[in-house]
Amino acid sequence: MKLDGYDPENFFDELFEDVGKPRPFAKRSIDLMQHLEPGELQRYQEAAQIALFKLGVTFNVYSDDRGIEKVFPFDIIPRLVSARDWQYLEGGLKQRIAALNLFLNDIYNDRKIVKDGIVPEHIIESAPGFLKPCVGLQPPTGVWCHITGTDLVRDRDGQWYVLEDNLRVPSGISYVLENRRVMKSAFPGVFQTLAVQPVDDYPSHLLETLLGLAPPQLAQPNVVVLTPGIYNSAYYEHSFLAQQMGVELVEGRDLVVLDGYLQMRTTKGPRRVDVIYRRLDDNFLDPKEFRPDSLLGVPGLMEVYRAGRVALANAPGTGVADDKVVYAFVPEMIRYYLDEDPILPNVPTYLCWRDKDREHVLQNLETLVVKSANEAGGYGMLVGTQSTPEERESFAEKILANPRNYIAQPTICLSRVPTLVENNEVAGRHVDLRPYILHRGDDIYVQPGGLTRVALKEGSLVVNSSQGGGSKDTWVLVDS
Amino acid sequence: MLSRVADSIYWLNRYIERAENVARFVDVNLNLMLDLPSGVTQQWRPLVITTGDLALFEERYGEATADNVIHFLTFDLDYPNSILSCLHAARENARSIREIISSEMWEEVNTFYHLVKEASEQNSHNIFHKLFFHVKFASHRFAGVMDATMSHNEGWHFGQMGRLLERADKTDRILDVKYFILLPSAKWVGSPLDRIQWIALLKSTSAYEMYRKAQHRIVPSGVAEFLILNREFPRSINFCLQETERCLHQITGTSKGSWCNSAERALGKLCSKLGYTTIEDVFEVGLHQFLDRLQSEMNDVDAKISETFFSNYTMSSEPLESEETQTMTQVMVS
Repeated sequence: MKLDGYDPENFFDELFEDVGKPRPFAKRSIDLMQHLEPGELQRYQEAAQIALFKLGVTFNVYSDDRGIEKVFPFDIIPRLVSARDWQYLEGGLKQRIAALNLFLNDIYNDRKIVKDGIVPEHIIESAPGFLKPCVGLQPPTGVWCHITGTDLVRDRDGQWYVLEDNLRVPSGISYVLENRRVMKSAFPGVFQTLAVQPVDDYPSHLLETLLGLAPPQLAQPNVVVLTPGIYNSAYYEHSFLAQQMGVELVEGRDLVVLDGYLQMRTTKGPRRVDVIYRRLDDNFLDPKEFRPDSLLGVPGLMEVYRAGRVALANAPGTGVADDKVVYAFVPEMIRYYLDEDPILPNVPTYLCWRDKDREHVLQNLETLVVKSANEAGGYGMLVGTQSTPEERESFAEKILANPRNYIAQPTICLSRVPTLVENNEVAGRHVDLRPYILHRGDDIYVQPGGLTRVALKEGSLVVNSSQGGGSKDTWVLVDS
Repeated sequence: MLSRVADSIYWLNRYIERAENVARFVDVNLNLMLDLPSGVTQQWRPLVITTGDLALFEERYGEATADNVIHFLTFDLDYPNSILSCLHAARENARSIREIISSEMWEEVNTFYHLVKEASEQNSHNIFHKLFFHVKFASHRFAGVMDATMSHNEGWHFGQMGRLLERADKTDRILDVKYFILLPSAKWVGSPLDRIQWIALLKSTSAYEMYRKAQHRIVPSGVAEFLILNREFPRSINFCLQETERCLHQITGTSKGSWCNSAERALGKLCSKLGYTTIEDVFEVGLHQFLDRLQSEMNDVDAKISETFFSNYTMSSEPLESEETQTMTQVMVS
């Protein structure tokens, strides 16, 4: 493999500190990969891609109704995380999720944080993810966000930042597990020699988290995964997780409310459901309370939930904290609820509803990234450095028309990892990192590693699968 | 198990078996036409008649030429019973129950679908013999993989029922093709050409060799008896229905000879009737008439199975539109 002359250029590279010079913690891994014959890496990469297609590890593209699956491109060169970095991230994530969960419970109940003047009430009330029907709810074990997939990025100087929290229905964990499986079969020797933290027990941790939500008197609680169906872009993952946990995968039409309980329709009549890991957005859960046109949910589900007769993970209503304006307050939440300084910083964020911030944003559109507060997937944003005057003009109008809905951040120059590109060449490509965190009430578990997404296009900073992104295996190394 | 899952695994198997049998169907006709004496016009219309979709065909294609009929039955995605449509539907069903079936089964279905899809993108006439061979084989492989990699549990039995009922229905129709194929004139009955046609028919159901062992001489009543009443040949209607009955009793736990739902009752009645029928009885009614009635009785069994086990999900108190579409596609027996 041609890594000798690899040049990290003017970026923070996760594996190399200088031309041809690996970071000390990554040196052994890189040495092991260096020994591969030229072309061998390419062959592994192709074999991996075929294996993933055969397994059907695919995501769906909505616009095309036949031949709908595409394989999420996979890059064979792993992203490494040092033991020290991981310890730091793990601590930061646990702290953040703990605070966010306390925040969710607070705003749906006492609203102390509002009364104490930390977060303005109008921001919460105007967040589309804030659900009135959830006010006053106390989910089992006090947990709202059981499963989180936090997006982390690293800037040019190597500083880590939280970009998004993703407290609703984060996806991607199946790629983490399948990527690792493929890597193990491609490089068994490497895994024997190096101490890489294993990822395979995520389904067991997830199942434990879900079982913990059932009333304790139930000997054999019935846990199910609720999917919108085979046309959902993450369907493979829903099916994969159900299979790995050994629980039923259900669709809304399989469920019905009977005698005050949620039941699933089986060949032998109705059977009670106790815990739902739902991969359906809040708005579709129950047509009686949210979107009346939803065919994907279960009429009456919320009533059963409110009566405490079924548990939902994540709890409905967590989306309020995914609002990018609310996100900006997370460091304040950490100080307020935990009386600690935040370990992981936010990306500095300008809130356009604040007059001073807005003025600054409008004067600096060329250098900032402007985002709509409630869109994901890389949509609804303006990357100032790559924009035309017309685009800036149109965004300025949007901001003035609805300042509450816009935030701006400085452009983060994402860190890079060597990536296999055309003609067997290796070149730096920008990455982010999405670790998965499980909140069980008495304990918070962070899966070691997470999904590394990589922008495969040269120079691109957009890692989303819908926009030309791929993924890499993430190796959290153990200190030897 | 979930009613929807039972429904999907039943239809997954039905669709795979249907794809195989459509291939057998077209293949038998291709072979028959090759054996026609020169000067006799090819007959493709009878094939479409036996599918029960003649009106649809004529509306879309007009004349029943070899090309038209083969394309219609093999690749036409707007015709829900074409081989490609069946595999598309089989794959959608498999996808919705991936966590229930074995990953080997999923891979077979996936590969099977891509095989036919790729063939449909080639524009060549010479692919069909080979393609039909591959389709038959892929279907056998799927059945074998399912048998060897999935627990023989409730779901497996639903799958078996789907496959066997579909096979019984298609053996019935393949036999009926001969009824519609016209000999040049009455004096050809019993001629070498007539015999060749019966042989082709046996071959299309992979029954030729087994028939020879059982009956030696090829006569129409013998062929009909073998394909309708034989208790040992796995494509005979009687065999398929007896096996279906066995699976049904495995699911419900009732013993054979008794019943606890309408599906068991309908199938039990049909099986005992067939069990005590002789080929003379069949010809007394008339072969075509007998086959026709048998088909509607099998359709009735299918409807009863669906009502007993799957309707839990199709007939909800508040029916949803999406469910109806799914049911309509799957309840397309004739």
